[in-house]
Amino acid sequence: MSNILKISLSPHSHSPETTRKLMFGVIIALLPALFASVFYFGYGAIIVTTVSVASCLLFEYLIQRFVFRKPVSITDGSALVTGLLLAFNVPSNLPVFIVIIGSFVSIAIAKMTFGGLGNNPFNPALVGRVFMLISFPVQLTSWPVPGGFGTGYTDAITGATPLAIIKEGIKNGEPLSQLVTQIPTPAQMFLGNMGGSLGEVAAVALLIGFIYLLVRKIITWHIPVSVIGSVAVFTAILWLINPEKYASPIFHILAGGVLLGAIFMATDYVTSPMNHRSQIIYGCGIGILTVIIRVWGAYPEGVSFAILIMNAFVPLMNSYIKPRRFGEEVKNG
Amino acid sequence: MKTFPLGGVHPPENKLTAGSKIQKLDIPATVAIPVSQHIGAPATVSVNKGDSVKAGQVIATNKGFVSVNIHSSVSGKVNKVDTLIDTSGYKQTAVFIDTAGDEWLETIDRTDELKTEIKLSSEEIIKKCQESGIVGLGGATFPSHVKLTVPAGKKCDVLIINGVECEPYLTSDHRLMLEYGREVLAGISILMKALKVNRALIGIENNKSDAIENLETLAASFQGIEIWPLKVKYPQGAEKQLIKALTRREVPSGRLPLDVNAIVHNIGTAFAVYEAVQKNKPLFERVVTITGKSLARPGNYVVRIGTPVGKLIEAAGGLPENTGKIISGGPMMGKALINAEVPVVKGTSGIILVPEDEAGRMESQVCIRCAKCIAVCPMGLEPYLLMSISQKNMFERAEKERITDCMECGSCSYTCPAGRPLLDFIRLGKSTVIRMARERVVK
Repeated sequence: MSNILKISLSPHSHSPETTRKLMFGVIIALLPALFASVFYFGYGAIIVTTVSVASCLLFEYLIQRFVFRKPVSITDGSALVTGLLLAFNVPSNLPVFIVIIGSFVSIAIAKMTFGGLGNNPFNPALVGRVFMLISFPVQLTSWPVPGGFGTGYTDAITGATPLAIIKEGIKNGEPLSQLVTQIPTPAQMFLGNMGGSLGEVAAVALLIGFIYLLVRKIITWHIPVSVIGSVAVFTAILWLINPEKYASPIFHILAGGVLLGAIFMATDYVTSPMNHRSQIIYGCGIGILTVIIRVWGAYPEGVSFAILIMNAFVPLMNSYIKPRRFGEEVKNG
Repeated sequence: MKTFPLGGVHPPENKLTAGSKIQKLDIPATVAIPVSQHIGAPATVSVNKGDSVKAGQVIATNKGFVSVNIHSSVSGKVNKVDTLIDTSGYKQTAVFIDTAGDEWLETIDRTDELKTEIKLSSEEIIKKCQESGIVGLGGATFPSHVKLTVPAGKKCDVLIINGVECEPYLTSDHRLMLEYGREVLAGISILMKALKVNRALIGIENNKSDAIENLETLAASFQGIEIWPLKVKYPQGAEKQLIKALTRREVPSGRLPLDVNAIVHNIGTAFAVYEAVQKNKPLFERVVTITGKSLARPGNYVVRIGTPVGKLIEAAGGLPENTGKIISGGPMMGKALINAEVPVVKGTSGIILVPEDEAGRMESQVCIRCAKCIAVCPMGLEPYLLMSISQKNMFERAEKERITDCMECGSCSYTCPAGRPLLDFIRLGKSTVIRMARERVVK
């Protein structure tokens, strides 16, 4: 035996959880949605995802190796998650060069300029996505229609998303009762049979991932439930006021990126608040902003913007909203 | 089933010795008995080199109120009074005794007869505790008579007995409750009389169902003692968490259990109080769990205070080849020992031999702000923040963030997926803040 005993302060025991295991847990939770995407949008989904993940890893490697000159930590899984989420937030027919530009913005600008993992104030994948949306609005809003695995890549047939159909219709004064005939049924939307971003369409797959994240205790319920709950409550109020002008809460939750955003984007560790009290405020903020942008804003979808806006409040919330302390009732006693 | 609401973790229990009967460890050839085995002033040595002593004889007398007597644990001759390195890693004075035979003071009742009739008054019990060297045997070693003395203006209406043993591996309290249930309950009755309360709650985690059953049966013949099974969660054995779990009372920040009219004592302490009051036997031996995954015969032993840890390891089958660390206490709050010469003291609840591959720490990585440290903190603190402000010497801020509420349970460091040494830096910040506060008082 070695004659030297180790001396260290307690605790002398550590849970089996590590950063890498948490990141790979998120990746496992994203797989059902990835499979659903390939099922609906064909090999375009595979190309976009592969390019996004590979370029995110490459940019992170290059920056750590040649700019930071520090040990490379691309195996921690965080760049992999960013790459996957970036792909999940774009159409499956997006040209490769745009995906690479988006990856560069995500990793180089939104993450590494702030010092890398743990330091970035804004969700890297969303910064990349919004950059692409503003720079390439046409490509980012031409959504392929689900056509099974054989669906072409850049030559896919495109159409509007349910959110865009409703938004355009209401603007033109059409009553909702007629518009709903042009969009998929709630059941189809739940299964993901509609136009939209690569990873956001299949509610059922995202919910499976959510359950996995909860069971593995990678995230807590606070952020996703408050995002989805506040969207539901806010849209339900509008819908009850005028069901011909405002879509139902079920539509708002199933269409677009609410579930993907609530479960996977808003819960990003680095850019979300750290105690349960502020997590609920943060989640409700995202939900309310999403509905405001969707109903009164210029874009049919607002989840990305809502999350980025709330990201900006996180440092403030971490400083001023404190968890419930044990024995806090008597403060000055 | 009850538990405390805020935070907590579930480390693997590893109670390897839960089924091992308490055995007597052979008396070693020499013992080294430190004069400071409790929180408070060290006792003053009252014997000289060459003196003959008997087991139970006072060898160091208490110095002030927050201090207790220290007794010889063996009979023999005082070899020297010298310094040694104790559990804490610091040097301190100890009395070294060469053993000869096993002669006890004549006043000690060495029979197994159960005595439940309490002849002493409340004040006499409290005095007896100080004379007999009784301290909290859960590990904190706070002198018991101090806790039993309720200051004027305060009131105690319930005695809480800590049978939680939430630290992994340790089983000494568990075995006491199983094998010496009657004596433990009699000890609790004595504590109740000392405190003048008529209600005592024993909290026991439900991974010790045999102990719960045993005490429930026996408690029928004792007045006012209730057994409360608790959901397993670390650190339930912490005073404030246990009071919260059992009574829903929350000890305010910076205050003591007495501020919510409760007092907490440990199972081992109750047993020691029984022996002191009913058998006239001072605290000079205790039950120690010796355990470890690679150990040949892990077990529970009654050990004389001052016995080198190495003797205990020998009895359990010898030091395993792959030992990387020796811990005194539990894996969550225990102290790593520098060698096997360190003596067993009053606060030694267990000795754990950790295999080399589990002895190290993982490499510290960047904080990913997963917030798990906040979720597990039983005091509702923000460990990530306390660590970073302590690193930056922002101690005023640390004080505002209530760093002194930290009881160093280690749940944050245990949980951190990035392996950050959260508690190390919190300790640094906490001790600095306490020092600053003291200096303010002096000014």
